[in-house]
Amino acid sequence: MRAPPALSASAPRNGSRDSVSALRRSASSAAAEMSASSAFSDEKGGSASEPEYGHDPASGGIFSSDYKRHDDLKEMLDSNKDSLKLEAMKRIVAMIARGKNASDLFPAVVKNVACKNIEVKKLVYVYLVRYAEEQQDLALLSISTFQRGLKDPNQLIRASALRVLSSIRVTIIVPIMMLAIKEAASDMSPYVRKTAAHAIPKLHSLDPEQKDQLIEVIEKLLADKTTLVAGSVVMAFEEVCPDRIDLIHKNYRKLCNLLIDVEEWGQVVIINMLTRYARTQFLNPNINESLLEDSGEKAFYASDDEEDEDKKAEAATLAKRKPYVMDPDHRLLLRNTKPLLQSRNAAVVMAVAQLYFHLAPKAEVGIIAKALVRLMRSHSEVQYVVLQNVATMTIKRRGMFEPYLKSFYIRSTDPTQIKILKLEVLTNLANETNISTILREFQTYIKSMDKDFVAASIQAIGRCATNIGEVRDTCLNGLVQLLSNRDELVVAESVVVIKKLLQMQPEQHSDIIKHMAKLIDNIQVPMARASILWLIGEYCEHVPKIAPDVLRKMAKSFTNEEDIVKLQIINLAAKLYLTNSKQTKLLTQYVLNLAKYDQNYDIRDRARFIRQLIVPTDKSGALNKYAKKLFLALKPAPVLESPFKDRDHFQLGSLSHLLNAKAGGYQELPDWPESAPDPSVRNVEIPEWSKCTSRKDRKEKKVEKPFYSDSEGESGPTESADSESDSGSGSESASGSEESGSGSESEDSGEESESEEEEEDEEDQKKKRKKLDKTKPKKPVVESAESEQSSGAEDRKRVRKAVKNQKSASESESESESSESDDESEEESEEESESDTDIRKKKAPVSKQPPKQSKKESKKETQEMSLLDLDDFEPSPASAPVTPVNFLSSSLVSDLEGLSLTDTILAPTTIAPSGLIKMYELLHRITGEGLGVEYCFSRQPFSPDPNMVAVQIQFTNNTNSETKNLHIEEPRLQSGMRIREFAEIEVLAAGESVTVVMGIDFCDSTQAANFQLCTHTRKFFVSIQPPVGELMTPAFLTENDFKKEQGKLMGMNEISEKLTLGGKCVNEHVIVERVTATANLSRVPCGSDKECRFAGKTVSSGCLVLVTVATKDTGGAQLTVNCEKMVIGTMLVKDILQALSQ
Amino acid sequence: MKHLEARLSIALIMIHSLFLINNAGDLFLEKHWKSVISRSVCDYFFEAREKAVEPDNVPPVIRTPHHYLINIYREKIFFVSVIQTEVPPLFVIEFLHRVAETFQDYFGECSETTIKDNMVIVYELLEEMLDNGFPLATESNILKELIRPPTILRTMVNTITGSSNVGETLPTGQLSTIPWRRAGVKYTNNEAYFDVVEEIDAILDKSGTTVFAEIQGVIDACVKLSGMPDLTLSFMNPRLLDDVSFHPCVRYKRWESERVISFIPPDGNFQLMSYHISAQNLVAIPVYVKQNINFFETGSSGRLDITVGPKQTMGKTVECLVVTVHMPKVVLSANLNATQGTYNYDPVTKILVWDIGKLNPQKLPNLKGSLSLQSGAPKPEENPSLNIDLKIQQLAISGLKVNRLDMYGEKYKPFKGVKYVTKAGKFQVRT
Repeated sequence: MRAPPALSASAPRNGSRDSVSALRRSASSAAAEMSASSAFSDEKGGSASEPEYGHDPASGGIFSSDYKRHDDLKEMLDSNKDSLKLEAMKRIVAMIARGKNASDLFPAVVKNVACKNIEVKKLVYVYLVRYAEEQQDLALLSISTFQRGLKDPNQLIRASALRVLSSIRVTIIVPIMMLAIKEAASDMSPYVRKTAAHAIPKLHSLDPEQKDQLIEVIEKLLADKTTLVAGSVVMAFEEVCPDRIDLIHKNYRKLCNLLIDVEEWGQVVIINMLTRYARTQFLNPNINESLLEDSGEKAFYASDDEEDEDKKAEAATLAKRKPYVMDPDHRLLLRNTKPLLQSRNAAVVMAVAQLYFHLAPKAEVGIIAKALVRLMRSHSEVQYVVLQNVATMTIKRRGMFEPYLKSFYIRSTDPTQIKILKLEVLTNLANETNISTILREFQTYIKSMDKDFVAASIQAIGRCATNIGEVRDTCLNGLVQLLSNRDELVVAESVVVIKKLLQMQPEQHSDIIKHMAKLIDNIQVPMARASILWLIGEYCEHVPKIAPDVLRKMAKSFTNEEDIVKLQIINLAAKLYLTNSKQTKLLTQYVLNLAKYDQNYDIRDRARFIRQLIVPTDKSGALNKYAKKLFLALKPAPVLESPFKDRDHFQLGSLSHLLNAKAGGYQELPDWPESAPDPSVRNVEIPEWSKCTSRKDRKEKKVEKPFYSDSEGESGPTESADSESDSGSGSESASGSEESGSGSESEDSGEESESEEEEEDEEDQKKKRKKLDKTKPKKPVVESAESEQSSGAEDRKRVRKAVKNQKSASESESESESSESDDESEEESEEESESDTDIRKKKAPVSKQPPKQSKKESKKETQEMSLLDLDDFEPSPASAPVTPVNFLSSSLVSDLEGLSLTDTILAPTTIAPSGLIKMYELLHRITGEGLGVEYCFSRQPFSPDPNMVAVQIQFTNNTNSETKNLHIEEPRLQSGMRIREFAEIEVLAAGESVTVVMGIDFCDSTQAANFQLCTHTRKFFVSIQPPVGELMTPAFLTENDFKKEQGKLMGMNEISEKLTLGGKCVNEHVIVERVTATANLSRVPCGSDKECRFAGKTVSSGCLVLVTVATKDTGGAQLTVNCEKMVIGTMLVKDILQALSQ
Repeated sequence: MKHLEARLSIALIMIHSLFLINNAGDLFLEKHWKSVISRSVCDYFFEAREKAVEPDNVPPVIRTPHHYLINIYREKIFFVSVIQTEVPPLFVIEFLHRVAETFQDYFGECSETTIKDNMVIVYELLEEMLDNGFPLATESNILKELIRPPTILRTMVNTITGSSNVGETLPTGQLSTIPWRRAGVKYTNNEAYFDVVEEIDAILDKSGTTVFAEIQGVIDACVKLSGMPDLTLSFMNPRLLDDVSFHPCVRYKRWESERVISFIPPDGNFQLMSYHISAQNLVAIPVYVKQNINFFETGSSGRLDITVGPKQTMGKTVECLVVTVHMPKVVLSANLNATQGTYNYDPVTKILVWDIGKLNPQKLPNLKGSLSLQSGAPKPEENPSLNIDLKIQQLAISGLKVNRLDMYGEKYKPFKGVKYVTKAGKFQVRT
């Protein structure tokens, strides 16, 4: 290995002698790089293009060969062959890249700064920038070359000369740099001006004294109208004088308008700067919102939490005087940044997102959620940053991300840090309605192999439990079950979380505390041991027998425990001494003695302190009396909150936000001003604008830069501020749509490519396509029936139903007709294809009905249908439901499914005798001015939509006059809930009553459905809140099925409770009656007479609900409910408990 | 005092230095845009790297006493950048990815070897891409005019004629409003190809129900057209796309008002747009998986039985089907029998890969057999989840269809083509 360096040292001499031949050889060797054989090595060593060859680290004698190698490099640099110089420079740059010191070559390199070969020159620049600072004197030799370069007619050379000149960090040339920058700032080439903008921060960091002059240059460049310069100059502004907001005023509108055409990186900088600017210049758009709700000052305080009280009050009064109107410039910024949410650059999207988060009215912030969720698909680093920001946003604006809940579900292949952030987001998003789905997700996470993640999941469950009271017990039960997990980390983490949860309501959970006390023998993780000990100590009164025993055990093992455990043992001892000194006096003394001689001074101190405090001696002072108060004071339960709380005082998307600490150079996001500064500062004198927007100028733009042509309306700065109307749809766009409309060309699925022929006869094509349509549906029949997708038409139909209103979406597949974009023709084509299939033919009489029919017709139609309908239990024929248009399709479904429905209709009637049905009042006859309304849950399936709960409503007219036009208006529902109104009751005669049935999909929640009940004269606000038992329908299971299903619903899905049966619950029969009265369940046959089992399904989602009541001889009973929906389960337990204990 | 204040604020700069570090922890390239920062700053990175175990788990932002390190991990290389002051982290991350993409574009792949082989070009590129830590030129079309990508032929020609790889004039794109396209492009065959590639991200639960599914689509374009063509791409069903992102060349306004994609394309390969069809819509799941993985309490063994079958394939064949299982640590070996394809269990990484190939709906592929576990170790708590990989040619699973492509501004007739592919993205079956 010693050979190559020696050879390589000899090579250049060789090269300089007959360089031409050497070059030829080197060329061929470079070409055949891979086949380098040792025979060539002497030539190669000298001139191969492979840079690292020259300094193989394996070659021995580094020092001497280094010396030599540099010698040969110098020689090459001194030669007059460009190619040799290039070779030498390449090797030098490679050295720099590897972090090797090449500074001793400086004199040899700097000579070549004026080299004609542009590549050599560039590499020399690279070298200079790297070493100039170290060798200032020598660097000065190069300056004149750059000065010459600054005058070069080639803009690239001018620009790069300025770049290098400004990158050489030699203080002595500051005046030269200043001059060069000033000159370049008025260069005719925008590229050179851009370089000048880049040079500003460089000079500023070299000599801050130049700030004032530089600001002048910045001011000048800010006025520049090219997109190329905009980003760079704002960057310079941010670095040199971020507080000179006044420089922006005049350029604000221009920046907003140019923004979309600025390069990506510039966009980020400009958006961040404009966010800050807007915070100083405009009013908080959300002030107004709360005032509009006109609910006085209190509501104002409640809804706005962004500012501190005083300011709010002031702002409120201020805003009251002058109602808030958004500054058109504020609007301009929001409008012009919005399209950038669609940028491919994650940084741009994030910048816009933070701008909206900090500046937009609350109602508009929602649009950023979609874009941010999209970013989550990007590289994991991007995901990491985005999730951090989403986590912060979810705390303030939970609703924004709720629809995207599932996008935050965790995959086992995600990196741990991503998992934990997603978990954070999920926890923040949890609320009463989605908690059961989230908890179900969490349950799968607990089983993960990634233990850090499991621990985080357990904590997340804990946080959900503290935040949402309804699931607290369920979570606690689930966590207690985790205590028997085999993995110690899981157990330990559960202990810690349970401890926190128990603190909220210790009285009810003494059995859990007992259970945990038993665990102390097995758990080794110190934190968990400490938690258990603390818990026992804190609640020793709930476990009076166990506590002293635990202390006894701990005293035995005291010396072997970890420090935190020891401290808790001392704590426990002290607390027990105070409550139960008889039993524990000696033990406490013993523990304290052990602690006194512990190695850790913390523990020694603690022991001494506690002894003084609790053991009364003559010396001990007044504190002794208060020992009990000190130790056994009620401690507030810990609030488990997100680590992302309050992070939003950092500008989102910033490094400081990510680290949750102020990074150097972070510009604080200012608070909104209380009153808006003068908006006229942004007005620009007309003459200047007219210059720029003069027709000639525009025309030029149009010719030169076709990209502008369609956004013309916006790019003219004068129009932008206040005219929103005349934006993009110029003549070009109109013609564009025409063209796309008439186009009927489509790539058929089979073709990989096609060369388009514009002249092709369209008619012909259409015919062809029709043929295709006709032949296609037949194919599936031939194909095997099991492959769902092949039965194209039917499937498509189903899909269409699913997306109902988004007709367009499903229009896709093989219907090539859809190039016509307007709805009507779509409808047509749909029908065409429909009539082809056999199934469709059956339905044809109904579905042929064009949806845009007159109201009268639709009514008639539905009347007909109700004959087909199976819901003949509906008491009054008048109640045939009035159909919204989309009702047609879904009732068709039920028609087809009629057969299967009959079973369920017949069965439940046998179980729920109507006598048991409880009537609820919807409208009292006094408040209803004579109209009394009652409702009950008829427990019949609601046939138009099996996912709805049927509510039977009885209207009674107690007045002396007719009531007309009884109907429902303006349902206000929780998300996901749906209502199917009853048909309007046209006349209700005096003294009569009528019953109708309506359907409500409660989405398996007990949230009330609010709506207005209208008569011809009045409107009444009413709401129907279902008892949890009415949210289910009976399900029929065999005993075996029941057991099997129950086995699947263990863990957190199981809730069991002990109860004592009420006096009247003497036999099985009463129990069955009570349970079925409480909940719409059916009884499951059971072998044992000690147990009653019931089963049902939730109406909306069909989750199984299993109830078991096991009676005991003692008169007690055990109630167990298994249900995937934990909220339902919990509530059901409560209801049944109450029913049974009466 | 004023002076001091100024001193404090002067250090502002976006990216100060860049270090490239390979998987083994060797630092093989460093580039500084300002004064040199000692490479010892990377020690903080190494520390974090060690702590993270997996390279994926290295935190993207690492805080050190004087600097911040923002890093990305790509193609087994860590790109570690040194930051001194506040800067949007995504800005840096996105830029670093752009650097990696440029390397890939120039050298065919972005690996340690290619970077080392092209050290000088890499350096020249980095010099052009960042000026004083602020991005200067990141469009590959501009860069390619400034610094020509290396080819063996060019190296030869350059050496003989003495011409260089570095452009002498300012790229035309740099000055225009369409920086992504260079002027004077000429082709004898004018062609424009578009690939609609959709990936299904899904989580299926044990019973095969979809917990979550969405579609991520991209349209990759390969446009080789002479002159300055202005293209308009329209879809049969544009309303399917409710969340899109575009290459900067696409005119947002036209999309917003007419739902057509109007653009002057960059020359060569680029990603025209990407879109996201979210969980709210119905997503067809092309395959189903029946699985049964059991670990026995005693005997330190387990059973595995996986069957894959077609579900909603729209009549197309499922190809390149691969099932990957990350087994628990205690699984020592697998003794399985595949009715189709081959399987391989790597006892070091604990990854079982079953390469099925084409899915035959008549004879469903099945993998069955026993797993042997480390004796004495407790049985794993959780069954490993299955990751599915697949490909369906000539189908965009969302149903998206390109309607037509029109060209304005040039006279010739281009050759046009659209291809559809559906793949599995992050497709996971929980067990």
